[in-house]
Amino acid sequence: MVVEHLDCRGLSCPLPVVEARKGINRLPEGGSLQVLLDSATARDNVSRMAAREGCEAQVKELENGEFVLTIRKG
Amino acid sequence: MERFGKFFSSRWGMISVGLAIGILASTLQKLGNPRNMGICMACFERDIAGALGFHRAALVQYIRPEIIGFVFGAMLAALLFREYRARAGSAPIIRFMLGFFAMVGALLFLGCPWRALLRLAGGDGNAILALVGMACGVALGVFFIKRGYNLGRSQRTSPVVGAVLPLVMLGLLLLLVIKPVLSTGAPFFSTEGPGSQHANYLVALGIAVVIGFVAQRTRFCTMGAMRDVILMRDFHLMSGVVAMLAGAFIMNLIYGQAHWGFAGQPVAHTNQLLNFGGMLLAGLAFALAGGCPGRQLFLSGEGDGDAAVFVLGMIVGAAFAHNFNTAGTPYPNNPANWGWGPAAILVGLAFCIVLGLTMRKPATASA
Repeated sequence: MVVEHLDCRGLSCPLPVVEARKGINRLPEGGSLQVLLDSATARDNVSRMAAREGCEAQVKELENGEFVLTIRKG
Repeated sequence: MERFGKFFSSRWGMISVGLAIGILASTLQKLGNPRNMGICMACFERDIAGALGFHRAALVQYIRPEIIGFVFGAMLAALLFREYRARAGSAPIIRFMLGFFAMVGALLFLGCPWRALLRLAGGDGNAILALVGMACGVALGVFFIKRGYNLGRSQRTSPVVGAVLPLVMLGLLLLLVIKPVLSTGAPFFSTEGPGSQHANYLVALGIAVVIGFVAQRTRFCTMGAMRDVILMRDFHLMSGVVAMLAGAFIMNLIYGQAHWGFAGQPVAHTNQLLNFGGMLLAGLAFALAGGCPGRQLFLSGEGDGDAAVFVLGMIVGAAFAHNFNTAGTPYPNNPANWGWGPAAILVGLAFCIVLGLTMRKPATASA
């Protein structure tokens, strides 16, 4: 299974969504994208975008308050 | 608390908050804020600049408690929901200048995007081309974003950094409440004109804290609404903006505040070229900075030092606009009265376009 990683910490709106969407478009069916984020706003926006693209997204909050979003395509 | 939080992330949460903002903004106008205004980030930050003596336009000097309340409300929400994150360091001087030019553009139209929507909801037809201009500016911003524009990453930093703007707002509140009398005359408070028109400061502060709170929870952003539709056909933020328009429209009818047409609208002018051009610049600047002027205030409350710098840029831009005659006037249809406004728009657009074309650092790396 292809797993891509993206670090979107510190990026202003709407870049986390823009970059994550590019990442999803690069994935083959069944591939997985892990996006590292550091704000709840980016977490919500990227999750909503992933759902709109027909992908499944799981959020894990890290101890330092950052988030890892795992997006599965197909 | 979690269910409460999830409501604000939902479509119904966004629509409810938009409706509430529209209703509250119209109510502020009913309670004494300037006619055809209610809430305006640009005008209110300009009034604060006047109160501090940064400009000397006597009709527009007042420490607007709404601006203070937006920051406090957002900060309260961020702290309660553990979203307060002090961060800074993403090209601050650029963000300052984007705030500067956003204000110059907005003041040529005589309103920020919030006021443009509220003016439309009150029947002011001059807001139509302003919103079209803003949409064009945002679309140009989206073009640059798609080509890789970004201002670089911000970094987590000490909570003290994030607390600076809220503390500045606290200082402004103390000036408003205590009204010290200095030999220089500062702080200045208008005795006539729009600066003298305001709701009771405690009521205005309270309403603004509520708006700041719910806007932070929903990530409400008037520029973002247009941007997301253009960029990815996402109508989530737009649903809140449309609800705000609807809420304000209904309350204006109930309060008898709606006046239809172009001529004779309070604190407005009918030069559509300047309305379009001013908001074209403002829309582009907001898009390049990542948020409308309201959103920048709410982000400042969340600890975002870069948004705080944008807000300060807007305040300085307001001072410049009035000192150098680039702000809109009630009689701009005679080119002799246009002042330096059109020139300032061209300079601002040039700055933003050069920025859009050249700030293209690689945004992401593999984690």
